[in-house]
This record gives sequence, structure tokens and C-alpha cells, in this order.
Amino acid sequence: MGRTLAEKIWDAHVVRSAPGEPDLIYIDMHLVHEVTSAQAFDGLRESGRRVRRPDLTLATEDHNVPTDTVTWPIADPVSRAQVEALRHNCAEFGIRLHPMGTAEQGIVHVIGPQLGLSQPGLTIVCGDSHTSTHGAFGAIAFGIGTSEVEHVLAAQTLPVRRPATMAITVSGRLPADVAAKDLIIAVIARVGPNGAQGYVIEYRGDAIRALSMEARMTVCNMSIEAGARAGLIAPDETTYAYLHGRPYAPAGADWDAALAHWRTLRTDLDAVFDREVVLDASRLSPYVTWGTNPGQAVPLSGVVPDPDRIADPVERAAAENALKYMDLLPGTPLRGITVDTVFLGSCTNGRIEDLRAAAAVLTGRRVADGVRMLVVPGSTQVRHQAEAEGLDAVFVAAGAEWRHAGCSMCLAMNPDRLLPGQRSASTSNRNFEGRQGPGGRTHLVSPAVAAATAVAGHLAAPADLA
Amino acid sequence: MQPFTIHTGRAVPLRRANIDTDQIIPASYLKRITRTGFADGLFAAWRQDPDFVLNRPVHAGASILVAGPNFGPGSSRQHAVWALLDAGFRVVLSSRFADIFLGNAASGGLLAAQLDQAEIEQLWDLVEGAPRDEVVVDLVACQVRAGGWHAGFEIDPYTRWRLLEGLDDIDLTLQHSEAIGDYERTRAGWLPRVAAKPD
Ligand code: SF4
Repeated sequence: MGRTLAEKIWDAHVVRSAPGEPDLIYIDMHLVHEVTSAQAFDGLRESGRRVRRPDLTLATEDHNVPTDTVTWPIADPVSRAQVEALRHNCAEFGIRLHPMGTAEQGIVHVIGPQLGLSQPGLTIVCGDSHTSTHGAFGAIAFGIGTSEVEHVLAAQTLPVRRPATMAITVSGRLPADVAAKDLIIAVIARVGPNGAQGYVIEYRGDAIRALSMEARMTVCNMSIEAGARAGLIAPDETTYAYLHGRPYAPAGADWDAALAHWRTLRTDLDAVFDREVVLDASRLSPYVTWGTNPGQAVPLSGVVPDPDRIADPVERAAAENALKYMDLLPGTPLRGITVDTVFLGSCTNGRIEDLRAAAAVLTGRRVADGVRMLVVPGSTQVRHQAEAEGLDAVFVAAGAEWRHAGCSMCLAMNPDRLLPGQRSASTSNRNFEGRQGPGGRTHLVSPAVAAATAVAGHLAAPADLA
Repeated sequence: MQPFTIHTGRAVPLRRANIDTDQIIPASYLKRITRTGFADGLFAAWRQDPDFVLNRPVHAGASILVAGPNFGPGSSRQHAVWALLDAGFRVVLSSRFADIFLGNAASGGLLAAQLDQAEIEQLWDLVEGAPRDEVVVDLVACQVRAGGWHAGFEIDPYTRWRLLEGLDDIDLTLQHSEAIGDYERTRAGWLPRVAAKPD
């Protein structure tokens, strides 16, 4: 019987397997950031271990960094201590680090692809759940906890149970006003916030093949929000074209050898997935969340659902809690929900195409009175590119704030956060209670919807603007 | 790591589904660079409500958390496990756990055991009726007992073995250093390598 892409990559990385035990798999690339690594390095020191492969390890500073200024030191002493610990650890263990304020710095899941380190067929891990982003290149990429970070630093391997496989096939063509973000939110709404738990998802079908690399990253990024271990897309000409010429992409004869291998990375015709889900892209429209997990989403044209109509008692209670937290009533049209904050950024939607999509909507328009819009590029390079294209001028002219690269308001760990009761339209990936600040309320949206919402002052699509 | 065999303690019912790691410990509490000191962040937002179940004096000192389905999705922060341990919890029971949380719990020595949702609900009722009665979580027999009630639980057999023996994962893996070295020698030369750090 044939094998799926995920199974092929997995099999190629098994260092050791034994009955009843998880497979010991080799890790090709380990990305590190300041929040989930300090205790791992301490563990190495305590046990007198070294980093086995510093050459397969790369670190960046992203979660804690302020985005209004990149002058060192960071004002918040606790954030500063965490970043200082990373600098110290990288120096001691010989790991390359891209610190804040330097050209290669950025959100860990933005810089890996940008440098060409995220390649087809690799196993990639990071102490961060959105590591699934790198699956866009046809890699098995997944998030790990700090003990596992220590494990990979010490042994460049991880014991992991072989995951089950799920195919999500998106057929047809996405309508012009529907983005990758809408697609993945619709997928999560369909599968549920834990519906893919234990699976590696392979996204397939014409609508997926038609996506750019950046759009594929947006899709794979949110696999974890359906509970999946990882999400990936088979590499194709789009992937190769993106990689060619990047700093860490193979070159010359190495490129030919790599390409020959990459072309074998596809699911066999007779392979069987453990679960299959099919969606028709042509029926999708912009999606937004109304609740406190990314599966609680409906089309922008819809209304806030009525918990009384939810049959499952657990989901009904979850919906009731969510509406209470979000301060929303059943039946409210989504377009009637006003926001005071718009956040454009994060590892989901902080790349150049995302900024272009938002800038296209904002050109010649103004952010509504009483709305604060933050535009935070995913990396310093994205910032420079946007400035070269004049996008920063569009944002500033519209009344938005143009920031430096970092995780920013995706999580309430740096100075960018919501105040209690504030409501945002956000291009990030999590609308959990308090995710963007204690008491803050989040609606997840695409970059185009974020920009239109900023102009309208309520949830809106570009087509709604005069 | 301390071996985990049988734990006896009081339980606290947390009747919520999809308790994500941002609820277990919000991001603003993740800035410590130690493995301890996270107890004050545990359910920090919910604890502001005096009526929150963990604030009820009758549940003070509980060490077994009985939660709704899909416990621990979201961020990979192991701080969620450290916060539970720091606050005195040794066991979490749920009908379903997120993958990364399960891995983090196992590494930290916190037992995450899976019961049917019907059994979780029976246990919620029992604990609410008699909050001061002790509950026994027996990893040897894979069973939870409360008074005359009992239920079997599921756990990955390898995780169970490691918890019972108190074994460190890294030590186990490093016993296979030779196999890792052998594998490394078969890796293609064009695979990416990060340039040496600038001095
Ligand atoms: S942007 Fe958000 S989701 Fe992405 S790595 Fe940063 S905090 Fe995590």
C-alpha cells in the first residue's frame, strides 16, 4: 500500500523504533525563542550536557520585544531579563541568534521561511505551538514544550508517537474576496477546536495548490487551532520558486540533488488517510470568530449563534461562556459589532502579502475615529520590504501605527495589549479569553477584513466600504 | 524525577470545556526564567472571581483537578504544567487532552489521565457532594477511586512506565547515542545548516 506524504517524511526520520515505544525521530531544524528556552538551557547546565547540533539550531527574539522602539534595553525589567537570558545562553552554547534591532530578526515562524531554512521533507520543531507554519513547505513541523526543547538541544531527536493522518481537501476556487485566513477559519469551524487532535493534516486540492507560499503558511499556521499535531502541504513549483536563491536554500549541484528528492515528496495515489474532510472553496466567504476559541466562527454575513440551538451540552455551555465573556447576544449580525482596536500582524498574517492586502484597502481611506490600528510586520525584513514599497506611508496616512517586528498584540506579553473590555479585530490566531490582554475581546479576521473593519469601525469586508 | 505510583488527595471539579493554556496561565506570567514560582499565575483571570471553584475554601489544598473535555489546547507553554504543580496539583483528569499538554505533563511528572466524559460527570457530582473526601488515583492499576465508586483510566503505556519509574526522557534517549550518530552519517549533504554564530 502507498504512503502519505507525512508517513514518508516520518519514516525517513526514524532513528530507532521499538514495539510499544514512541519512535525516536531525528530533528532537522530547531528554532528557539526567549520564552520557552531558558529553563531548557538551565537543564543542560545542571546535567553538564552540551547542545548536540548548534548548526541545526537558530534563535530569535520575538515574544517580549516592544514594537514601538527597538532600542536596547527593553524597559520592562522582566522581559529584559528573559531576552538577556537567551543572549547569554546562545553565547554559551554556540547558537546563532538574531537579536532585536538586527536585519534578520523577526517572529520565529516568519524568519525560518524567509531565510530558506524551512524546506520540504524536514522535521522542524520549536517551543511554540504555531511551528506548524513551516508545514507549508512540505515539512513535518510541530510545537514542543520546554522539556522537549531541552531534549532536542541535548539529543537532536525526540521520542514521539507516530501520528494519524488526516486529509483536508479543498476543491474548487476561492472567490476573489476570500483569503487563506478565511479558508482556515472555515476549516476549524468545520472540524472543531480539537477535531484534528492526534493527526497530521495534509491540505490538498485545487484551492490549496493555487495558494501562494505565504497563504499556505497562513493555512498551516492555524492547524494547531484544530488540535492537530501538524499540518502540511506537498511541495510543488510554487514552493521551489519561493525557496530558490534564499540564504539557506541549497545552491548549484546541491539544489539539483535537493530538488530531485523534493519531487518524491507527495502522497501516493493508493495511500489511505485515517480521516478525510472535503470542503468546496467556491462556497466560502470571509469568516470571523464570535467566541473564545477559533472554532467558534461564522461567515461575516452571519449572526452570533444561539447557544440554545447547540445540541451538544458541553459545546452549548462553552458557547454560553463565550458569549458572556465576549458580551454578545445571540442573533446579533456580525457586521453590527463595533471594535476599538485593529491588530494586523503575527506569524499568521504578518508577512508582506498580508500587509499589501491591508494597504490596498486602506489606500485613500482613514481609520475610523475612536479606532486604534496597529500594523506590526512579522520580521524586520518584512518591515523593510513594506517601506520599500511605500506601504508604511499608506498605513500612516490612514492613521494607523507603523511598528517594528515582533509578536506584539498576538499575546499579552509585551507592552502591546488590550485593556479590559476593549474589543479587537485581529489577524492573529487565538481569540482565547485574555489572549490579547486581561479582559480583552478578540475577533479573528483576515488582513483585508481587518483593514475594512478599521475604516468602518465595525466588522466589515472591503466590499462594504463606500 | 519522583516516581508516581498512587496518589491520594482531594479533588476539585472544574466544569469547563476547552480550558486552554492561556487560561491555565496567562502570558504575562511566563516571564520567569525558573521552573518554579508559577502558582500565582494559575487560572489568574478566573481567580479574580471570588466564586471561582478554586477559590472556595472547601477545595483548598486539593491536588486532583477534574476538568471538562479538551484540556490544555493552545500555546505549548510548559509553564501550564509548572503552574499546576506549583499550586499543589499532581493529577488532572479529563475526557480529552491536547497533544502538547500531554507531552508537557509527562515530562513534568504531572499525571494527565483520561476518563470517559460520563465518568468525569459522575466524579464531579461525587466531589461536589463530598468535597472533603479523598480520591485515589492509582497509576499501577490505572484506576480512580472515590468512596465506593471507581473508574478505569487510559494513559499511553510508555508514559505510564516512565512516570512509574520516574525516568528522565533525555537519559533514556542518550542511551541510543550511537544510533543517533549512525543516523546522522546518512543525512544528505545539502540539508540546511545554520551558519556559525558570528564571534
Ligand atoms: S505571533 Fe503569536 S502565535 Fe505567532 S509566535 Fe508570536 S505569540 Fe506565538
